[in-house]
Amino acid sequence: MSSAFLSRGFLGKHRQDGPPDRVPPGQYITHDFPVLSAGPTPRTPLERWSFEINGLVRQPVRWSWADFLRLPSRHYTVDIHCVTKWSKLDTQWEGVSVDTLLESVEVDPNAHFVIAFCDGGYTTNMPLKEIVEGNAFVGYQYNDAPLAPEHGGPARLVVPALYFWKSAKWVRGLTVIEKDKSGFWESLGYNNHGDPWKEERYHGD
Amino acid sequence: METELIKEVVPRILEWQISTVVKVRQETERVKTYTLALPKWIPHRAGQHYDVRLTAPDGYQTQRSYSIASSPEKKGEIDLTVERLEEGEVSTYLHDVLIVGDQVELRGPIGGYFVWEASMGGPLLLVAGGSGIVPLMAMIRHRIMVDSKIPIRLLYSSRTYEDIIYREELEQLSNDSSGLEVFHTLTRLQPQSWAGYQRRIDLKMLEEVALPLGNELKAYICGPTALVEDVANGLVALGIPASQIRTERFGPTGVP
Repeated sequence: MSSAFLSRGFLGKHRQDGPPDRVPPGQYITHDFPVLSAGPTPRTPLERWSFEINGLVRQPVRWSWADFLRLPSRHYTVDIHCVTKWSKLDTQWEGVSVDTLLESVEVDPNAHFVIAFCDGGYTTNMPLKEIVEGNAFVGYQYNDAPLAPEHGGPARLVVPALYFWKSAKWVRGLTVIEKDKSGFWESLGYNNHGDPWKEERYHGD
Repeated sequence: METELIKEVVPRILEWQISTVVKVRQETERVKTYTLALPKWIPHRAGQHYDVRLTAPDGYQTQRSYSIASSPEKKGEIDLTVERLEEGEVSTYLHDVLIVGDQVELRGPIGGYFVWEASMGGPLLLVAGGSGIVPLMAMIRHRIMVDSKIPIRLLYSSRTYEDIIYREELEQLSNDSSGLEVFHTLTRLQPQSWAGYQRRIDLKMLEEVALPLGNELKAYICGPTALVEDVANGLVALGIPASQIRTERFGPTGVP
């Protein structure tokens, strides 16, 4: 992390960053909500939208948009951290906890990882244990309004404890698996895990 | 975005290294290019970026990502083209402090999707807004350096004539028999007798520039979010499959 190198004439005079216990190393605060994605924004009509949990579960489950909205939801206030260095504090969401979703399936005891899959073909992987116990949700409202398509609407996975590429936009489901398998950015040089507090940005960090 | 089609890159650990500024070039009033000599230069793919890290005497550090402007064929050094953002912490340092002979800590190259190399084929449609031209310029330069004949069209939106980055080089390349065709649009102010477009990129403009390349084109779009959204949606509306459209956006400060 630390290096002996000093940047000549750099004092960091612009640092106006938030509380150090909320801004991970190498991050800066933005009040904007930047958009980053690798391709065009998918637009799936809500009547064709569904959310599915499959893989190592006894019986896969699938909700239509209308069914999904009937699931118990919660309001969340979370800090988010993008690998491109911006962090945004106190973002306001409404969505369904992953715990609530998993209550509808019986997960195989051998399952240890999940792959989130999305409209547009994006995927991202993470350990199952890091998205349960209140640590992740599928958000569909942002700042009391439907989540905008460029931010991942109609629904996006939100995993605040990991870099934001894990918070898959346009999410359509979770596949529960036994052995870890790289997702989209994870197979393109980004870190497999992505803990912002350990600065796990790229492969080998 | 079809992950299956992407070549799995060999994972490589990215180490920080100390580069030396060998040249600074003023591109426009607010944009400079820094040529950096790297002790551990690694061939990049056009479109990739480096992370720059600044360290203050008290240990405070901050990082930003900058696209590589130079082609991978230019060995031992890289060009980073940086726009000075008034509120920026790193770009103001680079612009106001950094001179030839200074050292810059960085690591890279990073990014494996918004990349193009001649072996990936074409034809290529490049669409840039402002300093979004930088990674696309690396693709153009690479295409020239390897003497590829793949057709390239660049549609480049700038505010004014003076804001066009790499203007002379683009002019020269499009006058050569290189096969590069450049279409400028100036959204704020146009010189007298300006023959190019003079509005924000819209569907009609995309139709005129993109459709002659055919439906097989590969599109790379880089710029502020609104431009990227409009262009990507427009290309989809024109029948270009989403899997052939790759996008890269600025962060919070890339307002056109």
